[in-house]
Amino acid sequence: MNRLWSHPSLVIGLIATLVFVAIGLLSLVWTPYPIEQIDIPRRFLAPSAEHWLGTDNLGRDMASLVMSGAWTSFLVAAIAVAIGVGVGVPLGLAAAAWGGPVEWVVLRLTDFVFAFPAVIVAILITTLVGPGAVNAIVAIGIFNIPVFARVARGGALSIATLDFVAAGRLAGLGNAMIAWRHLLPNIMSLLIVQGTIQMSLGILAEAGLSYIGLGTQPPATSLGLMLRDAQGMFLIHPWLTLVPGLAIVLIVIALNIAGDGLRDAIDPRLRQGNPNVLA
Amino acid sequence: MNKTIKALGLALMLTTAAGGMALAQPTEVRIGVALEPPALDPTAGAAEAIDIVVYQNIFEGLTRVDQNGAVQPGLAESWTISEDNLTYTFKLHDGVTFHDGTAFDAEDVKFTFDRILAEDSVSAHKEFYEPIESVTVIDPLTVEIKLSRVVGNFLFDLGRGDAVIVAPESAGNNANVPIGTGPFAFLQWDKGSRVMLEAYGPYWGEPVSLSKASYVFIGDTATMINALLAGDIDGTNNFGQEALEVFEANPQFQVLVGTTEGETILSTNNTKPPFDNLKVRQAMAHALDRQAIIDGATYGYGVPIGSHFAPHNPYYVDLTGTYPHDVEAAKALLAEAGFPDGFSATLKMPPLAYARLSGQIIASQFAAVGIRLELINVEWAQWLEDVYANKDYDLTIVSHVEPFDIGNYANPDYYFGYDNPEFQALIETLNGTTDDAQRKELAVEAQTILANDAVNGYLFELPQTGVWNAKLTGMWQNSPIEGLVLRDIKWTE
Repeated sequence: MNRLWSHPSLVIGLIATLVFVAIGLLSLVWTPYPIEQIDIPRRFLAPSAEHWLGTDNLGRDMASLVMSGAWTSFLVAAIAVAIGVGVGVPLGLAAAAWGGPVEWVVLRLTDFVFAFPAVIVAILITTLVGPGAVNAIVAIGIFNIPVFARVARGGALSIATLDFVAAGRLAGLGNAMIAWRHLLPNIMSLLIVQGTIQMSLGILAEAGLSYIGLGTQPPATSLGLMLRDAQGMFLIHPWLTLVPGLAIVLIVIALNIAGDGLRDAIDPRLRQGNPNVLA
Repeated sequence: MNKTIKALGLALMLTTAAGGMALAQPTEVRIGVALEPPALDPTAGAAEAIDIVVYQNIFEGLTRVDQNGAVQPGLAESWTISEDNLTYTFKLHDGVTFHDGTAFDAEDVKFTFDRILAEDSVSAHKEFYEPIESVTVIDPLTVEIKLSRVVGNFLFDLGRGDAVIVAPESAGNNANVPIGTGPFAFLQWDKGSRVMLEAYGPYWGEPVSLSKASYVFIGDTATMINALLAGDIDGTNNFGQEALEVFEANPQFQVLVGTTEGETILSTNNTKPPFDNLKVRQAMAHALDRQAIIDGATYGYGVPIGSHFAPHNPYYVDLTGTYPHDVEAAKALLAEAGFPDGFSATLKMPPLAYARLSGQIIASQFAAVGIRLELINVEWAQWLEDVYANKDYDLTIVSHVEPFDIGNYANPDYYFGYDNPEFQALIETLNGTTDDAQRKELAVEAQTILANDAVNGYLFELPQTGVWNAKLTGMWQNSPIEGLVLRDIKWTE
């Protein structure tokens, strides 16, 4: 475990990520002010002891909005990653373990989904069933499926040729058991790394969808929605755009640093200079 | 690390405000407008966006409304009204042609009104013209309109976008290729982007100084700011008030603050429980804090209203005190109505900044009395379909921009679903009255009934805050009728 902590970027990234998650979690039980509370006379206040990050155009406390918005972003991204893992990993493992027509079907399916950018999928979904955080989750989740299917299959393929897998097969284990007992535990590190990267992409996707009005709807808030609300006033009150914008940047950087660090730290093969197995 | 950098680039939403002006084009004007019209036929749709493009530009009526709201001669150069106020005889202008070259005469007038009054009429406001008994062609330049009952506001109604004169040869196609008699002819419509008009050479009236005008559709304020600053557009008739400050101090621009006929209201579905209960509507009226809504949604430029009437109208009476902001009274009324814990409802908001902002503020104010609102953003076409046509809504926020549109409340099939025989009788009397003092009395009574019944949540009169290139003159500061009249706009040096 010591080797984990020898990567300073990993430590910084993880700590920063955890801080943001903690702030988001805290918003569930406490924010300095309720975020639905609109109080026009106190709008456009500069940061002060009362309002740490000032107030927005409707007099809402920016610090509270950022806390709550960060939580929305994490939640949407995390559930979307869970959807991707839940559906994509079994597909990828099945492709690796069974091969043949199963593999062909899985690969073509992932090609098909890959062909549509996440935002297009999201626009399609929201056009069909209306905008909302849930739809953003589904759209981003669908986009995550082929990513995890590919990673799981790629990782599993390189392990499937190793001797201990052959030994398991000789001992009479079926494809499903091999995938479950031998392949899955050995690609966990890959999945964790990919998970953090997809988290940061998910947060960006959620911000993007909310920004164009297809994601989170008021009175709930998200960082993307805050950007959207503030953009008309960018020239007069740039602060209102900077706060959520910087929050997104910092969260994404934290996740990416943590992801890069994890990749370096967890996977021994990377350190042996053979990164191709990850592709 | 590459990913991090890419992510950074995606996350930073940089707004570049390009400075400098494009080369001055002394005869062409490009105007930014927020909404794209669904079609271009003003006689077949209620959307203001249609009139913004075509009213008095492409199409003209027998009369026209000027920028003070007064009635001026249009295609009719003069008229006489009979003693009993039932027969109007119009003398038409000579030498008027439609943009397709066909001549305008009394037959076109007759065709226009027959079309409005037909069984299968597509007019959005047939009720204004429904008192017309007959339209008779006396000679090619004289037309007589007989009414079945006195209509006090008839000449004004003739000047509305709903009554512009169309030709039988082209009327069917006006939605896409509008052909009228106005100073500007339709050039092209790049759907989703812009509509272009060009000056019509053989125009019968005073020639206009612009040679070309385009309406560019820009939905959001940030893009509008950039387009103005970069000189991509020369002005806009109604700019988001949140960013007016950007232009107020800039000598390259002029800011025109004026009034409109837009009563912004929290429209309420009066036929749907619990809104059919007067106490519930009164509670909602008590829950509204108008000043906060005006400050939040219009940055203080809106004028509070207590009924469905424009404050600059001489018949206006201030009823904003009917149900003052009072959270306790609202809660008590809700409890009396059988909702001690409040209730849940939906609020559908069309894509207009004032509606979306007011909606959030109202949701917060209603939450204080226990009414939980679910905010639903809808697109404009969806709003017209679901809310306006199918009445599938609880609450919505919209500005009613037609002049003197209090008469809509006398129509039980209007999307409010307000059915009050007393009010309907009153409006009928009002429409049949020509004496000004009496009309005022009746109008005040009508406003008071609506305020007391709390039919809708009356919020504020929409301001018109135009931002224009400082070298342009002739724009209307106020908007007494829906439209953006290009006639007098010109460049000065």
